[in-house]
Amino acid sequence: MSDSPSSLFRMTPKRQAGAFLLIAAIVAAFALLFGYVGGWLAPHRLTPKRIVNQFQKNAGVFPGYRRNHAKGVCVSGYFEGNGNAVPYSMAQVFTRSRTPVVGRFAIPGSNPYAPDGSVPIRSLALRFTQADGQQWRTGMNAMPVFPVSTPQAFYAQLKATQPDPATGKPDPSKVAAFFAAHPEAAAFRAWAKTAKPSASFATESYHSINAFIFINAAGQRQAVRWVMAPVATDASHDIHKAGDPNYLAADLSQRLANGPLRWHLMVTLANPGDPTNDATRTWPADRRSIDAGTLVIDHTTPQESGPCRDINYDPTVLPDGIEISDDPLLPARSAAYAASYLRRTSEEAHLPGTTQTPTKPAPEATP
Amino acid sequence: MSNTTGMFVLSARILHWLMAVLILAMLFIGIGMVASVSERHEWLIHIHKPLGIAILILAVLRLAIRLRNPAPPLPADLPWLQKLAAHASHWLLYGLMIAMPLIGWAMLSAGGYPVMLSDSLRLPPIFPTNAIAFAILRQLHTVLAMLLFLTFLAHMAAALYHGLIRRDGVLSSMTHRRKP
Repeated sequence: MSDSPSSLFRMTPKRQAGAFLLIAAIVAAFALLFGYVGGWLAPHRLTPKRIVNQFQKNAGVFPGYRRNHAKGVCVSGYFEGNGNAVPYSMAQVFTRSRTPVVGRFAIPGSNPYAPDGSVPIRSLALRFTQADGQQWRTGMNAMPVFPVSTPQAFYAQLKATQPDPATGKPDPSKVAAFFAAHPEAAAFRAWAKTAKPSASFATESYHSINAFIFINAAGQRQAVRWVMAPVATDASHDIHKAGDPNYLAADLSQRLANGPLRWHLMVTLANPGDPTNDATRTWPADRRSIDAGTLVIDHTTPQESGPCRDINYDPTVLPDGIEISDDPLLPARSAAYAASYLRRTSEEAHLPGTTQTPTKPAPEATP
Repeated sequence: MSNTTGMFVLSARILHWLMAVLILAMLFIGIGMVASVSERHEWLIHIHKPLGIAILILAVLRLAIRLRNPAPPLPADLPWLQKLAAHASHWLLYGLMIAMPLIGWAMLSAGGYPVMLSDSLRLPPIFPTNAIAFAILRQLHTVLAMLLFLTFLAHMAAALYHGLIRRDGVLSSMTHRRKP
């Protein structure tokens, strides 16, 4: 310690103050940059939190439930690969083998008590667990296209459909203004016009909506979309009991009591140049489609106690052989699902600061 | 065994500066990826996981080096409170750089996620699947990341204080060999 005692007293007070200021400035610069990257100092950046907050503003908070597609039932079964997709993807799930599946049928919306007939859309989420421990998670919907193609437009749609405090319903002028500004929603709206709330989860088709990339053992890439096409097409159960808001779960249990339900995984292969970043448009109908295997669902349990409850069906959790495309909705889905998952599991864990009793949509209608 | 050179050993100095860059990058990657819905979210997550494991391995190596090679003593005239802060913050940094990757790994395990370091490289779970444990570990990951960032700011400010104001050889013990 030859140069101690310290040289504190060898600096002029002016230079010393300058050095302190410099240190403070460096610390402040790091702190500000951190605040900016973390979103606190970037109020206009769309963040996962802001998307989930908007869901809560629109429908209220139902602690422990998903912030969207809140009403659903757990199912389980397996996927039987037939080898047809192996030339396109090296994922183990496509080989001639059985892969266990934990899934969830649901309807969109944030209210876990919404009547089944309140929306025409049904959804199916699946988690395939391969023998090698890798997973494929997917969240599919009954419509082939999404209303919007970007997270920003989706957020704008959520805001436009926020219930008006005076009426408890979305302001029609705001909704109209949104669709006027988003002509890309035309294909979805055309679908929605003819869609009727189906009486069964079993007779629905479930689309990936977003494009993905298959990668084969040689490293070749193929853009794909897929649809789970139902084997059951009968309408015999399509007359649901009037007044039962939960007819979908009842129908599912009834059908499964008579045996397993099946879907074919139909994979559509894009041609070079088909857009992979626009979920509002389907590819031309003549694109080749292959049957990659059969989904067999043989068991259902209520979501409150079932194995799907604690699964985040993040569509970017993919096995080797499947990758996300350049569709900007996919990272946003992943980020927003993670935020929703953290909120509902934190509520389940009764962590401080979490909502413990259901809240009404904010702002509350005032008398 | 005591350090009479006034310097950290070369391996410790190399690891210090390498990990300074990695950990600082990691903090910004982590805080940035959870605040983004763009494709940034995806590629940052793909860096975050393998980088976390790399930091874990380097931190264990560094701790071993640190335990075998004592740090140079702090200046004798340093007030006791500053000495205490220096020692406490150093051990806190060691603790956090080892704990953070382990909590991240455990949290993904508890959430039932496959812990993928690349498209095909999967780590085994180190915690049973449990949503409540996931929530606690995930929140802890954020809280400790904030603590790590604050500790980094204090550490950097203190280093600059030693280097620019006290000029007492503490900063240079981690940078270059001083002229006697």
